[in-house]
Amino acid sequence: MYQNVLLAADGSENSYRAADHAIGLVKGEKDARVDIIYVVDGSASKSDVLQYGNSHLIDHKRKEKLAPIEEKLQENGLSYDVHIEHGEPGPTIVKFANNSDYDCVVLGSRGLSQLQTMVLGSVSHKVAKRVECPVMIIK
Amino acid sequence: MNTATIKKDWFGNIRGDVLAGIVVALALIPEAIAFSIIAGVDPMVGLYASFSMAVVIAFVGGRPGMISAATGAMALLMVTLVANHGLEYLLAATILTGVLQIIIGFSKLAQLMKFIPRSVMVGFVNALAILIFMAQIEHFQGEGWMMYALVALTLFIIYLFPKVTKAVPSTLVAIIVVSALAIFIGADVRNVGDMGALPDTLPVFLLPEIPLTWETLTIIFPYALALSVVGLLESLLTSSIVDDMTDTDSDKDKECRGQGYANVVTGFFGGMAGCAMIGQSVINVKSGGRGRLSTFVAGVFLMFLIIVLGNLVVQIPMAALAGVMIMVSISTFDWNSLRMLTRVPKSDSVVMLVTVTTVVITHDLSKGVFAGVLLSAIFFAGKISKVKITEHVAGSHKTYEVDGQLFFASVTDFMAGFDFNDDVSHVKIDLTKAHIWDDSAVEAIEKVKAKFVQKEIEVSISGLNKESSQLMKRLNGLSGH
Repeated sequence: MYQNVLLAADGSENSYRAADHAIGLVKGEKDARVDIIYVVDGSASKSDVLQYGNSHLIDHKRKEKLAPIEEKLQENGLSYDVHIEHGEPGPTIVKFANNSDYDCVVLGSRGLSQLQTMVLGSVSHKVAKRVECPVMIIK
Repeated sequence: MNTATIKKDWFGNIRGDVLAGIVVALALIPEAIAFSIIAGVDPMVGLYASFSMAVVIAFVGGRPGMISAATGAMALLMVTLVANHGLEYLLAATILTGVLQIIIGFSKLAQLMKFIPRSVMVGFVNALAILIFMAQIEHFQGEGWMMYALVALTLFIIYLFPKVTKAVPSTLVAIIVVSALAIFIGADVRNVGDMGALPDTLPVFLLPEIPLTWETLTIIFPYALALSVVGLLESLLTSSIVDDMTDTDSDKDKECRGQGYANVVTGFFGGMAGCAMIGQSVINVKSGGRGRLSTFVAGVFLMFLIIVLGNLVVQIPMAALAGVMIMVSISTFDWNSLRMLTRVPKSDSVVMLVTVTTVVITHDLSKGVFAGVLLSAIFFAGKISKVKITEHVAGSHKTYEVDGQLFFASVTDFMAGFDFNDDVSHVKIDLTKAHIWDDSAVEAIEKVKAKFVQKEIEVSISGLNKESSQLMKRLNGLSGH
């Protein structure tokens, strides 16, 4: 049913689990692919630049975070692309998903407390509301 | 620089730049006032600085979309200069800071940034955050519960108003609400007007009124040097962050020169030295600002607001400003570094903590950076000075395999690795995995050789790489062996 899935990942434990579900969705389909989108927001930019300094190293470290997901996709023989985008996670994922032709967007919830959600806002909620295709949120 | 890039830098994103510039102008006002108060000058000095820094850097900066203005890092460095010598010396120091930065920019020293370890940079921002926070504590002294209540209300609005809308900066909403409340209930709290004069005219070009003597230079030079280093450090760090956020590149040497021009102009127009601001630049990019126009609009709109609304601005209670500054310090602090404290190498954590501690004690960011760089250089030398020596014995022949960098810091370990009382006839020193860096290393090898010879053991050296053997030859030639 799903051939072309977008997986929003940030290298967290939850995003690795979301990857398993994304793979489950497309498994057995012909020409199945799972694209990964990783959105770097302002504060992540700041701490990455502080931590690593030069842009090559930053790029490498970000890809390294997604490496376990890439391995999973390779093991399952799926084709994929990695997109590293900059901006607010919610709107950036929405824009990216709606600009291309995905059957489903899969993302992990950050597992925040009620207070944290009130202050930080829920990325998964925003994405679920505004993306035009079906959205799967992994708890 | 061709017309196409100028056009793109300025007018490639008009709508986003104008809106973001307005947002930044609103967010800059409380900070410019608060940083003036930290430095011990009238709010006017910080506001003029923020206006002229932003406008000048819009034209000459190397990183479009980055915001420069009066900053906390710079304000903290000026405190003693202002207290001991007054405003005119600060203006002169600002001009000299600009001149130094222009020289640094032309000599392409921005690349020296790579020698500043990341842990020092992390320490730099954390120390800055702590100092900004500490500077707010004095506003609480001798104040009643009203002060605490208003600060709490300010922070509450700042953090929760974005839930309602993100179109208006929440710091501005907090300031308006808290000011209105304080005026309405007639709260007996200090306000901005109590801290000094606000500008009611555009800044004018003036020469600082100081004696142009050698003595003046000796007073302002140390401050100017510290200001130029700290200013460039924060500016280049900010430009890297903006580079990353916008996924574009920027000209670091041009940015150094631009910071210099901006400070020279700012000094002549009665403003305090400034630099790029991480927080405001992030706000600008997040609000859609990308081009030079955003920085320009931020500066011009700020001045416009101050001239038009000056009599309202003086009524802003200090509690609201203190609240904004507490938010600034919370967002400046690199909270991620606390989590990394246990994960990064211990020496990195020590360097970071030493940088922070030095700054908090001396109130001088440049001293912290210096201490951090020095300490990490020592750690680095310590790390690479580890020499591993392995021995193989075959009958009366013994081979020493040396693995590591041979230089002044490692020669003691190197020499301790040999046993001169062995009962062997031949010793071979294999230097295939070693590199000889300096005079001390050559001397140490000669000493080892001599000691073996003294014990009537034959010595041979093998595996010298090309550079090392050239150095050996050159230095031995000099000392006449």
